[in-house]
Amino acid sequence: MKIEMKKITKSFGANQVLKGVNFTVESGEVHALMGENGAGKSTLMNILTGLYPANSGEILVDGQPTTYAGPMEAEQHGISFIHQEMNNFLEMPVVDNMFLNKELRNKFGLMDSKTMHDQAVHYLSQLGAKFDVDQPIGNLSVGRQQMVEIAKSLMTDAKIIIMDEPTAALTEAEIAQLFSVVRRLKADGVGFIYISHRMEEIFEIADKVTVMRDGLSITEYATKQVTMKQLVKDMVGREIDDFYPDRTPNFGPVAMEVKHLTEKGVFSDVSFSVRQGEILGFSGLMGAGRTEIMRAIFGIDKYQSGEILLDGQPVKIRDPQDAIRHNLGFLTENRKDEGLILDDSLHDNIVLPSIDGFVKHGLVDEKATDDFVRMLMKRLTVKAMGPEVTAGSLSGGNQQKVVLAKWIGSGSKVLILDEPTRGVDVGAKREIYDLMNELTDRNVAIVMISSDLPEILGMSDRIAVVYEGRITGILDGKTATQESIMTLATGGVEEHAGAI
Amino acid sequence: MQAQSKTKAANKLDVRKIFSRLGPLLALVVLVILVTIMSPTFVSPANLLNLLRQVSINAVIAFGMTFVILTGGIDLSVGSILALSGAVTASMLTSGFAAPLALAVGLILGAIFGLFNGILIAYGKAAPFIATLATMTIFRGATYVFTNGNPITGAKMNNSFLFQFMGRGYLFGIPFPIIIMIVVYGILFVLLHKTAFGRKTYALGGNETAARIAGVRTKVVTMLIYTISGLMAAIAGIILTSRLSSAQPDAGTTYEMDAIAAVVLGGTSLAGGKGRIFGTLIGALIIGTLNNGMNLLGISSFYQQIVKGIVILIAVLLDRRSSNNG
Repeated sequence: MKIEMKKITKSFGANQVLKGVNFTVESGEVHALMGENGAGKSTLMNILTGLYPANSGEILVDGQPTTYAGPMEAEQHGISFIHQEMNNFLEMPVVDNMFLNKELRNKFGLMDSKTMHDQAVHYLSQLGAKFDVDQPIGNLSVGRQQMVEIAKSLMTDAKIIIMDEPTAALTEAEIAQLFSVVRRLKADGVGFIYISHRMEEIFEIADKVTVMRDGLSITEYATKQVTMKQLVKDMVGREIDDFYPDRTPNFGPVAMEVKHLTEKGVFSDVSFSVRQGEILGFSGLMGAGRTEIMRAIFGIDKYQSGEILLDGQPVKIRDPQDAIRHNLGFLTENRKDEGLILDDSLHDNIVLPSIDGFVKHGLVDEKATDDFVRMLMKRLTVKAMGPEVTAGSLSGGNQQKVVLAKWIGSGSKVLILDEPTRGVDVGAKREIYDLMNELTDRNVAIVMISSDLPEILGMSDRIAVVYEGRITGILDGKTATQESIMTLATGGVEEHAGAI
Repeated sequence: MQAQSKTKAANKLDVRKIFSRLGPLLALVVLVILVTIMSPTFVSPANLLNLLRQVSINAVIAFGMTFVILTGGIDLSVGSILALSGAVTASMLTSGFAAPLALAVGLILGAIFGLFNGILIAYGKAAPFIATLATMTIFRGATYVFTNGNPITGAKMNNSFLFQFMGRGYLFGIPFPIIIMIVVYGILFVLLHKTAFGRKTYALGGNETAARIAGVRTKVVTMLIYTISGLMAAIAGIILTSRLSSAQPDAGTTYEMDAIAAVVLGGTSLAGGKGRIFGTLIGALIIGTLNNGMNLLGISSFYQQIVKGIVILIAVLLDRRSSNNG
């Protein structure tokens, strides 16, 4: 089987995600697909499996133009997609999960449990996996669940298997086993599209690699003929223009210092500090543990050991209320689920972290909160009919400003911004950058997590890079390059100095 | 162009908001007119005061239930709390304790029972429906154990003017339960709409995670809300015990359903975050008017239940339609 995708384009609204992508895969090869978050890899795969149609371009399967009506049809034609998030019903037995919606029936129309059981065991044993298929799938490790997913693909007689970040949650031993299975199936003629961020894996398992960036397929290489350095360059090859405002930072004393923060299995030995007036960028791949570190600092999640110092004093932060009392603010990466109460008014959203400060004789001083909210909305140029409209009715950029208004209003001296410009249009992005500069001019310390490398480079005074729960390096914002960050972020070793 | 469509959306939103706020009131007005046409005695002052007195017990419970439902929870144990605190107060009175003490103990017990619910839900992470279903059974059982299954009554209970006054007294010609209802409404209205606690209640119901990250101590707020609900049930228990001059072990059975119905009829969303205590007052009045009107019209109590159920269904379906259109 040979699949050729030619000049595929796709837009969601005004946002063009794919701008003419070419990609080819055939039986018996492992073709890796690389690219930054948002480069369009998942969209491309979803178009291949028919989840949504392409705007233009064509898909040839063994030379015939083909479109599938949906993932089910793609699966019937031998293309199976193993998603990063496995949608298993954790309480249900392994065998039931494998045969969900494809239950075998006996001549009485009842489920044929015996045959299903035997088939499940049969396909799993082909992968060298032996375990009780009648136990709830939730009992299995992620690695074994992955094996179940592959077995499901084999059951549908898959010719091409798409794997999206299959090793993200696997241990070294499980990865080794996965790779041996992939090699065996490859020898049997199965083709793989292997989406991954991890350089070392690409070089270990892939025959070919295609790099995507900004909705374009940049280059296709045979893995043997390319270097890690070249791939990194292709992945990040954008120029940083003057989209980012100039920063003339004026650093004060250390505002927050974190020492040896550790939560087993999530992050370990995380140490960094941020000064007044400084923007410390946090870079790393999705799932590296950046958000988890910040959540622990802010008292949302627990950590096992380590210390947090604010203005040189050790503090104990048990919950977000403590964090706010110590003048910390946290703009979360997911504003709709964690940052805003969408059905509540802008007024109520903005005033919430500061509400206790507005109580006079037991009652909320509504005149004062109203003035406060109007002042903040004006200062942050929130575009809305008024403070009484619901947060859910605003655009992404304005919603983000409302979240910022919350934390500026609560008097944050250390502000953690997790993906501050995600889902925000270009104009509002610039406004948010200007605002960050204005805040640091007022001696606020900012910790900014961003998966957008140009943004990290454009705004950060220093850059901490996180890989698998550890800070692998802290770079100077002036000398750091996309390459030096990506090398640290993919677990490579920084060769030339630059770490400070 | 974009600005225009935004304005339009905002206007539409406001109309909907106004309608959803005034909808229950409108329904009440229509209902009152209908009942008056069919039975003119309905609007006589005596009947209206009677109606309000009948409503007061359900309304007081429903006010507490409003806080609970605003957080996305439910409290099924209110009827049982009503019975148990009423029984304890009655028993203390018949044993010769002073009325203020007996009343205070009854109220404090109600609050403690509510707090217990709150702890189960906030710290035990039990689903409110299950937790209060269990405590509903426990408190009811405890009431039977405490009363031995018999009503508590006795001459000493009627010796206390204060206690008698709660359910049967009049102030300026108005039955005292109505006064209690109005005072409780006023206090809870201020608590919900004018204090930081009220803002946090809405925030918790609107988005618990966002509320927590914004510094709301969600567990503490949850505990306090169930405590309020328990206290309201105890107040209702004292009114009822006083009116009947006895504490019945099966008092308050299914009262939780009437309270939930009043809250929902008043436009508060069972999903939490949206609603007003004013709506609950209207909801309780709608139920009261239905009961009272159908009694005046001589409709059998069997049919009354069917009508009440249909009215609740219509209200919920209308509410769903208006929120889907948004």
